[in-house]
Order: sequence, then structure tokens, then C-alpha cells
Amino acid sequence: MNHDAYDDNYIRSILNNVKSIAMVGASPVNVRPSYFAFKYLAQRGYDMIPVNPGHVGKALMGKPFVASLADIDRPIDMIDIFRNSSHIMPVVEEALKLSPLPKVIWMQLGARDDAAAEKAEAAGLKVVMNRCPKIEYGRLSSEISWMGVNSRTLSSKRAPIPTQGMRLSLNRTSFGGGQTAASDRAAKNKTETT
Amino acid sequence: MTDRLPGFSTLAVHAGAQPDPTTGARATPIYQTTSFVFNDADHAASLFGLQAFGNIYTRIGNPTNAVLEERVAALEGGTAALAVASGHAAQLVVLQQLLKPGDEIIAARKLYGGSINQFTHAFKAFGWNVVWADPDEIESFERAVTPHTKAIFIESIANPAGSITDIEAIAAVARKAGVPLIVDNTLASPYLIQPIDHGADIVVHSLTKFLGGHGNSLGGIIVDAGTFDWSKDNKYPMLSEPRPEYHGIRIQETFGNFAFAIACRVLGLRDLGPALSPFNAFMILTGIETLPLRMQKHCDNAKAVAEFLSTHPAVSAVNYAGLPGDRYNALQRKYAPKGAGAVFTFSLKGGYDAGVNLVSNLKLFSHLANVGDTRSLVIHPASTTHSQLDDAAKVKSGAAPEVVRLSIGIEDKEDLIADLDQALRA
Repeated sequence: MNHDAYDDNYIRSILNNVKSIAMVGASPVNVRPSYFAFKYLAQRGYDMIPVNPGHVGKALMGKPFVASLADIDRPIDMIDIFRNSSHIMPVVEEALKLSPLPKVIWMQLGARDDAAAEKAEAAGLKVVMNRCPKIEYGRLSSEISWMGVNSRTLSSKRAPIPTQGMRLSLNRTSFGGGQTAASDRAAKNKTETT
Repeated sequence: MTDRLPGFSTLAVHAGAQPDPTTGARATPIYQTTSFVFNDADHAASLFGLQAFGNIYTRIGNPTNAVLEERVAALEGGTAALAVASGHAAQLVVLQQLLKPGDEIIAARKLYGGSINQFTHAFKAFGWNVVWADPDEIESFERAVTPHTKAIFIESIANPAGSITDIEAIAAVARKAGVPLIVDNTLASPYLIQPIDHGADIVVHSLTKFLGGHGNSLGGIIVDAGTFDWSKDNKYPMLSEPRPEYHGIRIQETFGNFAFAIACRVLGLRDLGPALSPFNAFMILTGIETLPLRMQKHCDNAKAVAEFLSTHPAVSAVNYAGLPGDRYNALQRKYAPKGAGAVFTFSLKGGYDAGVNLVSNLKLFSHLANVGDTRSLVIHPASTTHSQLDDAAKVKSGAAPEVVRLSIGIEDKEDLIADLDQALRA
């Protein structure tokens, strides 16, 4: 599995199929990226569970914080890890003890742990690293286009008007460029020379 | 299943655009409005806090402009873009994110005369110091690097003489110095050159030129390649440090590989104010749909005119990279194999006066200060665009007194050649 660049269909199938997402490192502080990623995904219809031992007793958008993955009372499809790369492995190890196993481990923008990814993949889980599910959902639905971002997708169909709680179609035609083509090549060249 | 990847012409027509959600309108509507209503107080707060996707006020973003932004980002292979009022505004907004007073930018000496003025005078007043380097001598860029260097700025095809810049060589200097490479791709357009593929971190355009293409609307754009790590050594605090005006969010941490475009929008455009009119965005979008067709015709016509001039008895020299034997011909074949662009210069044996006479004798070419129009254009840089430079600087920037600049349009090439021939004989 190449974790430098993901095929849009890989990301699309994950976001189309998972229903429940436990967010490890979710913050109740409304200027933290984890807070607004949590809020966005909840508004797009995912069953969100905030995991953060420091905030047990509080709730995020009406969802009570739990201290750990083991404290969640229902099966989880995806674990979105909002922690630095150095804190990924213990979360993955904890996830692999769950029954039933989650289907996806997602590490947030800036977070990457290849050894943890390998471990999860060996157990049959899908892994995404160094991406934000909010950005990817916004990109594949083209909702992010409001901000001048290259969604790298096309559609000749009339778009629905996004409303609260609505799932958007992610099944647009993808094309290269942006982080999957030119800039990936450029980034790769950069890494090799530095 | 892997999607089939659409080609450049398909992107030029479709990228960023989709039938309007409300009306089904197939052409991109002109959202000629200053502001957008919020769903409720929470939605408003989310938008102001950069937490939700959506529109607030046209100075910060507009749906028509957003289509233009995504389209140019797609054509350039960037992660995101920001449309602004002009190419000059694009340069101002880009550098505001990167430079503080006392910082330096290394710029190629061969630039559009207006950029030379902007860098030399306006930016100097902000305490942003420009250090000039010679794009024909890569070592001059290396020598110019200091601890205060924050960026390198070049044109892919350089005004006025249409010379081709060795982007990869200068990108290597930028990488070594740990600063972003900014490429003004106006004269090439992404149809001829995609600078991100050659190592550019930021691409800017005057949309007024070939992208709009019809000489009817001003505009500029900034494209983020998504390649630069702004947080690596704390040299770019606008991107790496908490922003007090947005409750302490860090732009790069929050927006990842399109952070630079977001910084330009929410810190640059919001505070400096050079927003693009949605009407202009619409005109430019319409122009972009035919960019591949026009650009090829521009290049084919320009080559025919350059060939004609190169054998004309009144002409002492033609600077067109598409001619075999031109000093930039090898670079043109590497970077712009589809064509050398449509802006070039030639020199008249009769000097300054012959230049002034030629301009007044032409009947089809328009004498004006623009390039990249459907119409063919002519200007005598020494008496106009470059007149504010001293004589030595004129020569160094390719605007010596005997030099005439052409921007070849998409008319029939036989008519353009006949007009030049009669004017040179008159």
C-alpha cells in the first residue's frame, strides 16, 4: 500500500462505507481542528464518538466523551486519530484488541506512523495517514471548492444544496494534479534532495 | 476501478464548474452580490472561524470566483488558488504572506516592466528588499541568497523578449536555500508550461493576458502547489504560528497542503482588499474554455511572423525562442514544446526612431500596453512600459531603444505579415 498518494477511489470507498467514527484526541475547544472536523463529520451524518480521557464527563455536540476505545459500547467502523505521530502506535494497539475490529485506521493531517500502519494492515484494516477526513469529504463532494481548493473531481450533474445532516455524493469523476500528481512528484523530488 | 484522467482541454472547460444547484444553469452564474446570508448564528461563527466551507463576503470569496480558482488550480496542477483583482495584486498578496520588513526576495532581472517598478519602489517602501539576479546565469541566484532571503521570483517565459527561463535550475537553488520558488506563468499559460511540474511552489498569473485572452477583463491569480513546508524552520510565521485574528489557529496545521492559498485569502485578500469582480471572473472563465485552441493558434501565428521578420531587410534581430538558432531554443524545446508563446521582440536597424515610426504605420496591430489579446498588439517598450527604467536597466531587461515588442493574436497570419511588411516599408 502506497501511503504517499492515495487513489481517490480508496478514500471514497472508506468515506462511503463507514458509519461510526471514534475520534481519538477530540477537543472540546472550538478553535482546535479536531473540534471542527468532528462537527463537520457529525453534520454530514456520521455517528461520531469523542475519545479523550481528559474530558470525560463533558460532551461534544451532545456526544459524551469516553476515556478510551474500550469504553465505547458499540462497534466502531473507523478510528480517526488526532494525535502526533509519536502517539499513534498505542492507539492502534488498543484498536486491534477491539471486537469486532474496526475497519479503518485514519491518521490526521501531519500524523504518520508506518509501523503502526503495517500492524493494522496485517490485521486486515484499511489505513489512511496524513489526511483529514473533513478535507477529503469536502474535496470528493466538491463542497471544498467554495474555498478555491482543487477538488480534482468533475461532474456534469446538478449538485444538491447541502443542508444540515445531509450526506453528499462523493462519486464524482476524479482527475490528477494537486496532491496526487504534479505536486506529489515535486514534493518527492524535494524530499530526495533534502 | 481507477478513473480515467481527463485531459487539459476537458479541464479547461469543466474544472471547478457544475450545473448550478438552485437553478440548473449550465454556464457558471455571475454571483453579483457583496454578501451571503448565514443559516444561523452558529453557521456564521463557523464560517468566520474558518471552520466551515461557505461564503461570507465577496472580498473574501465568491462562488463565481471560486469556479475560476478551482479551474486554474486544476490546469496548473496545484492544490488551490485565489483569484484577485490583477496580476500586481497577486504579487502583493503572495509576498505579504512571506516577507517582513528587512526581508529579501531574489527576482529575475528579466521581468515585466510593471513588476520591476512594483518590486523596486512600492515593495521597497514596505521594507521588502529585492535582490536582482540574471536568469541566464543561474549562479547569480545562488550568490544572491542571504539569511534574509524569503523567496525567489521568476517569469517562466520572460517579458518582453519571450526568453525561456530554466525553471528547474532555479528551483534547485530555491530548495537548497529553503525558500519557495514563485513563478509568474502569465506569458506561457499552463497550456505551454506547468511550472509546478518543474519545481515551482507558487504560481501567479495576470489573468488579464492569455487566460482571459480577449483583452476585456483585468484579473490575477495565485496558485498553491502544495509543495512547501511552511513550518519547517519558523521562517514563515504567517503560516506556522497561531493567528490571533482567528482565535489562534495555525494556518498550515489546519489546512495542510493548501495552506498558502488559504493564508492569501484570509490574511492577504481579507486585509488588503484587492478582490476580483465576479463579472470579470465570469469573462475570464469563458476565455479559459478556449485557452488550448487559442494558445496553439497564438504560437503558430507568432512563429510564422517571427520567421518572416527574421529575413526582413529592415530588421537587425528577432528574439523568438521558437526559431532554430535562438539562444533560448533548447530551453523552449524542453519547457514549452508546443510553442514559444506569442510575445517577442525584434530590433530595427533604424533604432529608436524606426521603432516609433513602425508603431504609427501599422494598420492592423494595435498600439497599446497589454499582451495576450485575441488581437495582435505592438508596443515600443523603451518609450512606454520600460520608459521609467534608466538606459542600462532598459538594455538589461531586453528593452533597448531599437526594440519593438509584439503580442501576436489569433487573426490570419498572412494579414499580420502583410501589415508588418507595409509598415516596415512605409
